[in-house]
Amino acid sequence: MANAADAHAHDDHGDHYPGFFSRWFCSTNHKDIGTVYMFVSMFAALVGGGMSWFMRLELAEPGLQYLTGGAPDMQFYNVLLTAHGFLMVFFVVMPALIGGFGNWFVPLMIGAPDMAFPRMNNISLWLLIAGLALLLISAFVGSGVGTGWTVYPPLSSSIYHPGAAVDFGILSLHLAGASSILGAINFIVTIFNMRAPGMTLHKMPLFVWSILVTAFLLLLALPVLAGALTMLLTDRNFGTAFFDPAAGGDPVLWQHLFWFFGHPEVYIIILPAFGLISQIVSTFSKKPVFGYLGMAYAMVAIGVVGFVVWAHHMYTVGLDVDTRAYFTAATLVIAVPTGVKIFSWLATMWGGSIEFKTPMLYAFGFIFLFVMGGVTGVTLANSSADLVFHDTYFVVAHFHYVMAIAAIFAMFAGWYYWIGKMSGKQYNETLGKIQFWMFFVGVNILFFPQHFAGLAGMPRRIPDYPDAYAGWNYVSSVGALITAVGTMLFFWILYRTYAAGTKAEQNPWGEGATTLEWHVPSPAPFHTFEDQPDMSGKQPAE
Amino acid sequence: MRNKFMTFGLALIGAVVSFGSAFAGPAGEVRSAPWQMWLQEPASPTAERIVAFNAQLLVIETLIVIFVLGLMAYIAVRFNAKRNPVPSKTTHHTMLEVVWTVVPILILVGIAVPSLKHLYFADSIPEADMTLKVTGNQWYWTYNYPDNGDFTFDSLMIPEDELKAGQPRLLTVDNKVVLPVETNIRLLLTSNDVNHNWALPSLSVKLDTIPGRINETWTRIHEKYAGKTIYGMCSELCGVNHGFMPIAILAVSKEEFEAWTKQAQQTFASDAPPVPMTRDIAAIDNVETVRVADASAAR
Ligand code: HEM
Ligand SMILES: [Cu+2]
Ligand SMILES: [Cu+2]
Repeated sequence: MANAADAHAHDDHGDHYPGFFSRWFCSTNHKDIGTVYMFVSMFAALVGGGMSWFMRLELAEPGLQYLTGGAPDMQFYNVLLTAHGFLMVFFVVMPALIGGFGNWFVPLMIGAPDMAFPRMNNISLWLLIAGLALLLISAFVGSGVGTGWTVYPPLSSSIYHPGAAVDFGILSLHLAGASSILGAINFIVTIFNMRAPGMTLHKMPLFVWSILVTAFLLLLALPVLAGALTMLLTDRNFGTAFFDPAAGGDPVLWQHLFWFFGHPEVYIIILPAFGLISQIVSTFSKKPVFGYLGMAYAMVAIGVVGFVVWAHHMYTVGLDVDTRAYFTAATLVIAVPTGVKIFSWLATMWGGSIEFKTPMLYAFGFIFLFVMGGVTGVTLANSSADLVFHDTYFVVAHFHYVMAIAAIFAMFAGWYYWIGKMSGKQYNETLGKIQFWMFFVGVNILFFPQHFAGLAGMPRRIPDYPDAYAGWNYVSSVGALITAVGTMLFFWILYRTYAAGTKAEQNPWGEGATTLEWHVPSPAPFHTFEDQPDMSGKQPAE
Repeated sequence: MRNKFMTFGLALIGAVVSFGSAFAGPAGEVRSAPWQMWLQEPASPTAERIVAFNAQLLVIETLIVIFVLGLMAYIAVRFNAKRNPVPSKTTHHTMLEVVWTVVPILILVGIAVPSLKHLYFADSIPEADMTLKVTGNQWYWTYNYPDNGDFTFDSLMIPEDELKAGQPRLLTVDNKVVLPVETNIRLLLTSNDVNHNWALPSLSVKLDTIPGRINETWTRIHEKYAGKTIYGMCSELCGVNHGFMPIAILAVSKEEFEAWTKQAQQTFASDAPPVPMTRDIAAIDNVETVRVADASAAR
């Protein structure tokens, strides 16, 4: 890490940096922990991204081109699919948005010297890394986990997935879950107790709000996943039969438990992105956020309603029709607070004096992707329409737009926005803009045609498809290639920034950047806000 | 107002649907065509409703996307730093906030009403003329005709190297499910091992087969599909060969169906595999989902 040595040289804030091992492995400093989270996320992104590009390579043409080894290779496709889903959700997006940006900027934005429980923070980080290791190992044990990220029994039971791979997967998620629960407690306590004097809840920056709501979702959703995983583990190894109909269990019970966690999980992914986009939109429009309270409580509403819509993932399991009617209605309700968010972002920009720097381009792109994925979500909310859409590529396109790629856009936006603060070096603006356009064009060519394949009936999770779907799949794979190049360009920019970036100013963004992190030098010193700033009399989010 | 909107919507739907049917599969076959951008042609009453409903949704959603994109484009042009060096400080506008909460609610109610109507239509099973039992297996389907001689057969995908000219890859099976047109068919679905999903896009039938449960739905194939093959694929990840357990229905006239069942009773009588669902599930009337806790104990 280039800035470690560097920081020693500028050790003029009275900071004392520990040696390399204690600094990066035993850290209790929110900034260092945040930095490690970022790099873990980038590592996982390369692995999970590599898997997805390989899948797209295989799917580029009909027939099997690379997975030619029969059944073991078909299982390998399912293993890639599963690992890609797990990696991206648990080890790329969550560590970057919550572990990385959350750790770095929640204390800075509320004027706190660190997180409330610095040692617990360290445990969270290392539990996550251990979970990542177990997940990677699971791919090499026996024939791997080929269940999809939803791990539905009976397919995930010991009869249809013998061997230890699924058990490794379960333990991996247990660790990642424990990591997130501890992290959530840490954020909640920090945000409730360590805000600078005068910064009431209703004056907190929206990014902090988003992390607060996310932390509550984590705290409520992950124990349910942990319970379900434990039941699956004992079904597999100790002769229980929670999910085995032959002994009075029920496979559908798993689906209820999984999605009771799984639906809030997608909001866990996207809420921090909401917060981040609000900061960036406001900064580059040089205007305070429009409808601040509406924005904050829209996130709360999304969080609450997000807990009562889970069975929209289960429209085809044979649920009673009244149940499906309820879940259709409840799911449609979520579109209302979501609309409030989108229109408030637009209203924030309205009348602004917008500087289209790379972070703002990504924020703009985020809004576009989110609207695209949002409207197809309205289609999928309808249990009746789901009779044709369930488990097709329409769903794959929908969730990559609304959750996956939107979250990646927020991550890029956040990285470009805050890298100066985190590293003390500024990225190259021209390269940043090129990278944005490559990525933006790439993901749209990648995922837009999948709507058509899905409409035409192409099922998801298949390594080969009837020849009629060849056209759109080819286009999609071309998009994946462009996306891959765009990703590599990002890593080049990252390298150039650390190696040869220009010195970042304390506030590179000017009058629009009002939150507290812009009141400390760049890079943010090892210790900040040892004296709490007085925020009384300040406007919201100032 | 509502009427105008409906007329406009219907006109658009007509346009989209006729555009869509330009993508119909080859003659005699109901499956997707290269570069198809729309749903497969509807061959059942439910499917007709779902296709039309989806067209309505598409109209509404396209308008929303165009509206938001238009605003974004305007913002990018009008409110960039060059054109607008001094930012306004407006952060509240109560009326505006009320409007962008209430208008979406109205749109959603407008969606929910037809949506739920179609949902209940698809679910309310009319007086059935016959029953087809479908059982998912890793990785093939077992079909049973309890009302037409109670014969049973398996339907497996034909691998690529055994295909005859003109047979579509990954969709062709050894034994098609033969079903009569203009007949209310009750479908009873279960599984012998893991979850599968019996999905026919052009019938808007898509229901999981789950061990220990019997799911029930129905369909009715439109007359004009007599003589055509309707294709579908398993739509729930079921393991290694999930991508290789297609569904092929041969729709025939009622008379041909009678003749076929006579013949099938002979063909499939001798080598009939043990039927997994031994109890007479056809006797259970109009039950949404029946849990038979030990149905899978038979495996
Ligand atoms: C780099 C761009 C990406 C590409 C090219 C890509 C590609 C794919 C592909 C090919 C599949 C398998 C589709 C199938 O066979 O059904 C898939 C599934 C999936 N992807 Fe991505 N993806 C990308 C980014 C992401 C991101 C950022 C996320 C994270 C949040 C994500 C989450 C998922 C999930 C959850 C699944 C479903 C896995 C399952 O079916 O169990 N993807 N993606
Ligand atoms: Cu959901
Ligand atoms: Cu399957």
